[in-house]
Amino acid sequence: MADPSIVIVGAGPAGIRAADALARHQLRTVLIDEAPKGGGQIYRQPPDAFQRPYSARYGFEAAKARAIHRTMERLASTVDYRPSTLAWNVWNRQLDVLCAGRPDRVPFDFLVIATGATDRVLPLPGWTLPGVYTLGGAQIALKYQGCAIGHRIVLLGTGPLLYLVAYQYAKAGACIAAVLDTSTAAAKRRALSGLAARPRTLAKGLYYRAWLAAHGVGVEEGVEPGSIAGTGAVSQVSYRRKGAEKTIQCDAVGLGFGLRSETQLADLAGCRFRFDADSRQWLPECNTDGESSASGIYLAGDGAGIEGADAAELWGERVGLAIAARCGRPRDSARIAAIDRQLARLARFRAGLERAFPFPAQHVSALSADTILCRCESIRVGEASAAIRDFKVGEMNRMKAITRVGMGRCQGRMCGLVAAELLAAQTRQDIAAVGRLRGQPPVKPMPMPWSSPP
Amino acid sequence: MNPNASSPSSTDESVQPQVVRLVERERPVLAFTLDGAPASAREGDTVLTAVLTMRRHLVEAATDGPCSGFCLMGACQECWVAVDRKPVRACSTLVTAGMHVATRRHVIGG
Repeated sequence: MADPSIVIVGAGPAGIRAADALARHQLRTVLIDEAPKGGGQIYRQPPDAFQRPYSARYGFEAAKARAIHRTMERLASTVDYRPSTLAWNVWNRQLDVLCAGRPDRVPFDFLVIATGATDRVLPLPGWTLPGVYTLGGAQIALKYQGCAIGHRIVLLGTGPLLYLVAYQYAKAGACIAAVLDTSTAAAKRRALSGLAARPRTLAKGLYYRAWLAAHGVGVEEGVEPGSIAGTGAVSQVSYRRKGAEKTIQCDAVGLGFGLRSETQLADLAGCRFRFDADSRQWLPECNTDGESSASGIYLAGDGAGIEGADAAELWGERVGLAIAARCGRPRDSARIAAIDRQLARLARFRAGLERAFPFPAQHVSALSADTILCRCESIRVGEASAAIRDFKVGEMNRMKAITRVGMGRCQGRMCGLVAAELLAAQTRQDIAAVGRLRGQPPVKPMPMPWSSPP
Repeated sequence: MNPNASSPSSTDESVQPQVVRLVERERPVLAFTLDGAPASAREGDTVLTAVLTMRRHLVEAATDGPCSGFCLMGACQECWVAVDRKPVRACSTLVTAGMHVATRRHVIGG
């Protein structure tokens, strides 16, 4: 009897480790990835024309990146690898995919959703001006294209990525005018016991901070974001700190407040979601094997909840082993137990990070009425607030239907979390009570027409 | 044309381009067409990078004002342009020699 068909969406650290674990049990997978090369975002491989060594591209993560890429190379000949392929819908135990204008359908008995994450953002007045990018986008400009997002850059937000990007940029010769962290030094001190669960990672973070200080890159904590201004493009950022209003001239801003999970396929697959209070996001429910509420559908990596690249690799392997056992292979209990111990430590670290770098939800209520909330549809905070009031909106999908927030091309990726904070604050509800945007296929806009399938 | 030179635009006052090449600047040059004018990029550039090493915006002012992309990872959907008359995301599309890039929204119907 043939082995069940196992499909993995996402060739980042989680998807690659899942495919690898299954391959070790002689189970072939279909590995679908939107990118042309494996590695996800954190270990994203630049186009072939770029030749600089791993140490220059990935810094302290060079060894991990190399290991992931080598694994991918090894797997490419043993899995059914579909790069540059978008999985845009899932229903009836099939994935709808599109590659180079050709649609296809991929049936599965087991599905691993390893779709990763994007930046979590907070709107500011002027944030839609040219020159404003996410922190992740700023990092990709350097990692993937060898470029800086501007000549004189302000990085604003919170989270470990803020310091990592500042360090990577300054080290590569970019001009970082300021690093503005909304979280306070006190919040970080309170989080130390959780962060100490991963002493090497904590040490790296402290090293980046020390390096920035030693190289004259200004870092300010406890910052209250103000506004971004410019004529036609960014020329300055304003903020408040310790009661004083400050302005910095710049031509680019990197904006980011942690990450948010890409859960659209899990939603379309019918997975049950739960509200995660630590990260203030709705996430698909998973059991200890990484299986969702939908039988045979597993989740791994940041797409299931933000835990970082190391956790993504472990979860990928974990779900691979769980699926292998479901396919009749011996259950590798020793390895599973070892993974679970490491994941527990990573979860403690993760909780520490959320305490050290909390999403500054309190700033959402203070957003000025003319701040753009929904970038795609150019809907301002004031318009959305008025509609919430006038139509007595209390829930996210009604908010979307009435205001168009979340109805644009990004389908709520950029605005959805903040829209929920706004709705909850204005209607004086708990953030979990306003619900989440219902997903619709396709998960991303797709160019038409398509050529007909073979 | 020097790939790092800027082209003046009516929508912004700055003459410097948005994006700065930091490392591996000496890759082979590729010639392409941007909004009907000759342009050049380096092999390995995405369309987004190539355009932003010449000016400060990707898409010219339409109803929403000028924009220059945002997430660089195919999530925000703000960098749609037309390449050889087909819609693509500029951040996810590599420049190839001779490609025709059109960034004006009324042309690509975005």
